[in-house]
Amino acid sequence: MSVRVYVPGDMAAVAVGADQVATALTAAARAAGIDIDVVRNGSRGLFTLETLVEVETPQGRIGYGPVDAADVPGLVAAGLFAGGAHAQRLGPVEALPFFARQTRLTFARAGLTDPLSLTDYRAHGGLKGLETALALTPAEVVARVKASGLRGRGGAGFPTGIKWETVLAAPGPHKYIVCNADEGDSGTFADRLLMEADPFVLVEGMAIAAHAVGADYGYVYIRSEYPFAIARMQAAIDLARGDGWLGRGFDLEVRVGAGAYVCGEETALLESLEGRRGQVRAKPPLPAHKGLFGRPTVINNVLSLAAVPFILAEGANAYQDFGFGRSRGTMPIQLAGDVVNGGVFETPFGLTLGELVDDIAGGCVGGRPVRAVQVGGPLGAYFPRGLFDTPFDYEAFTARGGLIGHGGVVVFNDTVDLAQQARFAMEFCAAESCGKCTPCRIGSTRGVEVIDRIVAGEARAANIAVLEDLCETMKLGSLCALGGFTPYPVMSALDHFPEDFGGADARRAAE
Amino acid sequence: MTHPPDSAADDALDSLIAPHRNHPGALLPLLHDVQHALGCIPHEAVPRIAAALNLSRAEVHGVVTFYADFRTTPPARRVVKLCMAEACQARGCHTTAARLSAATGLAVGETSADNALALEPIYCLGLCASGPAALVDDVPVARLSGLRLDALIAELGR
Repeated sequence: MSVRVYVPGDMAAVAVGADQVATALTAAARAAGIDIDVVRNGSRGLFTLETLVEVETPQGRIGYGPVDAADVPGLVAAGLFAGGAHAQRLGPVEALPFFARQTRLTFARAGLTDPLSLTDYRAHGGLKGLETALALTPAEVVARVKASGLRGRGGAGFPTGIKWETVLAAPGPHKYIVCNADEGDSGTFADRLLMEADPFVLVEGMAIAAHAVGADYGYVYIRSEYPFAIARMQAAIDLARGDGWLGRGFDLEVRVGAGAYVCGEETALLESLEGRRGQVRAKPPLPAHKGLFGRPTVINNVLSLAAVPFILAEGANAYQDFGFGRSRGTMPIQLAGDVVNGGVFETPFGLTLGELVDDIAGGCVGGRPVRAVQVGGPLGAYFPRGLFDTPFDYEAFTARGGLIGHGGVVVFNDTVDLAQQARFAMEFCAAESCGKCTPCRIGSTRGVEVIDRIVAGEARAANIAVLEDLCETMKLGSLCALGGFTPYPVMSALDHFPEDFGGADARRAAE
Repeated sequence: MTHPPDSAADDALDSLIAPHRNHPGALLPLLHDVQHALGCIPHEAVPRIAAALNLSRAEVHGVVTFYADFRTTPPARRVVKLCMAEACQARGCHTTAARLSAATGLAVGETSADNALALEPIYCLGLCASGPAALVDDVPVARLSGLRLDALIAELGR
């Protein structure tokens, strides 16, 4: 009997040498006369441990990590294929605190299964949600999603069920399901990992959405920076079609972005899918009424759609029971930047930022102090330690002048210069602006200039007033979140870290 | 609209266009295919693509120039796309960039005069817990500091 060995094949594992580890393991096994079966699973989600090799033993799956190809001969000599002792032996991965503390609903299968095995998918509870949904009327499916309290995981937090209800009520004949997999926010990678580690769950979620609203076609729009996710999703769609759960009244295709951050904004994404420049559309009309090719369209984030199979399979209450305030269910939080434990941490809403950063992520590498945390991507606010008691919840972050966005948490150590981060936010906005509205297109460039003047000490008080005014204009006058939210990182940096802008007195002088 | 007489290049383009002709919203997938096959979107291709998809040349040009991925000239023989976004900043990508620049003589965003190597910025590869990250000739590489960066610099041979 061959020994089953898991070596992740997702982009983050491959980027640190997982392919070489797999090759070395195969060669070492052959040399030792041991028959092994290497499964290229997705990462379990703690990237610090990659390459994480797991071996199936009578005692369960035993992990070793982080493994480099050069470590393989030593590991094999220590009896890796039988779960033998070694300094890199981690034991059962589920028992590690980073995993034991999670509640994995959406990521339940990630890292456990062969991502493209339909047998594995079924064996781990896959397709139960779709089967349940198909036995219900569309209105019943919508009602369950509404009852679950699921809100859009892309960042806006709009109730998914209400969006679906609107599309269900809209007249056909053609309606679309669009999955927004243009995960451009720095510090976020949950969509990528989900598509690479468990692509079928997204296909299943989209098939449920199609049944719920009466859609006949769907697109998964994936950014070009994610070549592994593109290949996995394409393969998963083909397998699902071959297996009969696509292609009967609903079919799907993958579309690839082309390096435009703004296409993560839903109306710009629709423009891009239609073959145009990714320029934001004015709303109304809402995509639910007039979306892709002018038809009623459900456009949801990867994590929203991937949460749906669990909700249908286990019931709205099972999902709704988790959470905090009006944020129901779980959120796959992404811990990134200068952290000891970086990766996807799925948990019910409500943990505080401090618990996430200090306890779970383990603070900065080498014990450097954490100085600032940017939550919610390039358009999210920088929080100082003083705000670490903020619970991870849509409303709580808004109340503190921030946002949770797509759940990215980027930790910076004490060497960070917040004035430079504020400048970068404006610079990024200027580079990525679609150009349709003036506050974003022009305001971002002026913002870079004003920050430069403040840092240079040029009429500091007057220029801080100009920056505040400019941010107000961008916030209220921009068409979409790119221009509208760029003020969050800028103003939070200025408010919480005034000393980086040329003196703690700078703000007081402005008032 | 008139076209120059058919040539081998035009035939190649036509065979790339054909599968997309009747698909809704076909322009981006078609441009990706053209760039994949030819290395870039040559100026001469624009009128032909426009005619095939019933678009104006301005519309096609507008799309080609809007998206960072599409290029109108052939790429360098080797391309390092280094992530310069916030999470990689927090993990030291500026130091990595400075070392790569010192070794190659190229600032981020520059291509060598002999078109052998380009050092380009990219904004997020989703490797935010393993940065600094890069795509080296489309192969993902992470933890690009210390010895791993030394190895990349040696491998680039500059």
